[in-house]
Amino acid sequence: MAVIGVALVRLRDLFGVVMLSGLFTLTAASLYVVMDAVDVAFTEAAVGAGIATVLMLETLALTTGREKVTRRRSLAPFLMVVVTGAVLIYGTLDMPRYGDPGAPIHQHVAPRYIEESGREVGVPNIVTSVLASYRGYDTLGEVTVIFTATAGVLALIGRSRRTRRRKGSQTTGGDQDAR
Amino acid sequence: MRGNIILRVASKLLIPCILLFALYVQFHGDFGPGGGFQAGVIFGSAFILYALIVNIESARRAVPAVVSRVALALGLLLYAGVGVAGMFLGGRYLNYSVLAEVPTTGQHLGITLIELGVGITVAAAMITVFYVFAGEER
Repeated sequence: MAVIGVALVRLRDLFGVVMLSGLFTLTAASLYVVMDAVDVAFTEAAVGAGIATVLMLETLALTTGREKVTRRRSLAPFLMVVVTGAVLIYGTLDMPRYGDPGAPIHQHVAPRYIEESGREVGVPNIVTSVLASYRGYDTLGEVTVIFTATAGVLALIGRSRRTRRRKGSQTTGGDQDAR
Repeated sequence: MRGNIILRVASKLLIPCILLFALYVQFHGDFGPGGGFQAGVIFGSAFILYALIVNIESARRAVPAVVSRVALALGLLLYAGVGVAGMFLGGRYLNYSVLAEVPTTGQHLGITLIELGVGITVAAAMITVFYVFAGEER
């Protein structure tokens, strides 16, 4: 993944960048499978590697395939990245070992979910019962986020063809103004 | 890509399988990995594949933009509506146990319904965003 990351930064051809970022998410998805998080891996592969790549390609078709090269090199962004990375790594030092049963996250509500979900919810997949039942509010929020995001896209660039054509016929400039 | 016969034939074979797999992921999410989010994405991707291989106009005929926009809101309403239905039946908001005689049956029903709502919204969102992007000509 680190190799792909470096290649992403170095590459100037945006088509290659999109392909590589798809590869990056696919690698992340297989990493989740290794960590036994199948549900997350599933989502990552479908959304990250599939849909996001298609949407990025669509965007490329609308804009341009080459990155604008700036020759100016500034130190501030580099410093910011290094400091943020160092803080993140410092933060992981305190984390319990992966899969440690004594970790705080496994002590809070997780045991109750694991022990009671079979009786209370009766759905074999605990991930589903937590997602949809115990954490129903959160999932509702997520769906609302998706709805709002799509509504935002529609509001920004989603004017229907009919209104665009009508506007195009009204303005003297024709097509150019309608966009 | 209208003339590319290999792509057309292969996608013709693939698209029904993708749709079927999406439905499997949708309704089998209680037992295995998967659920509304993943199923919605897979379902939407089948239409996106169709639009990419054949053309966007035929895809628009299959699922008009109005339908996908209405479905976008409908899924969210279904989710929220299940919560309100639980409230009317004497429970708290989004408590599915009151939806049926047996609490676990109610939970099962509620989860299936809200996952369906999630799936509808996500699939509609994918298709809508794709249409919007594809409709913008250079």
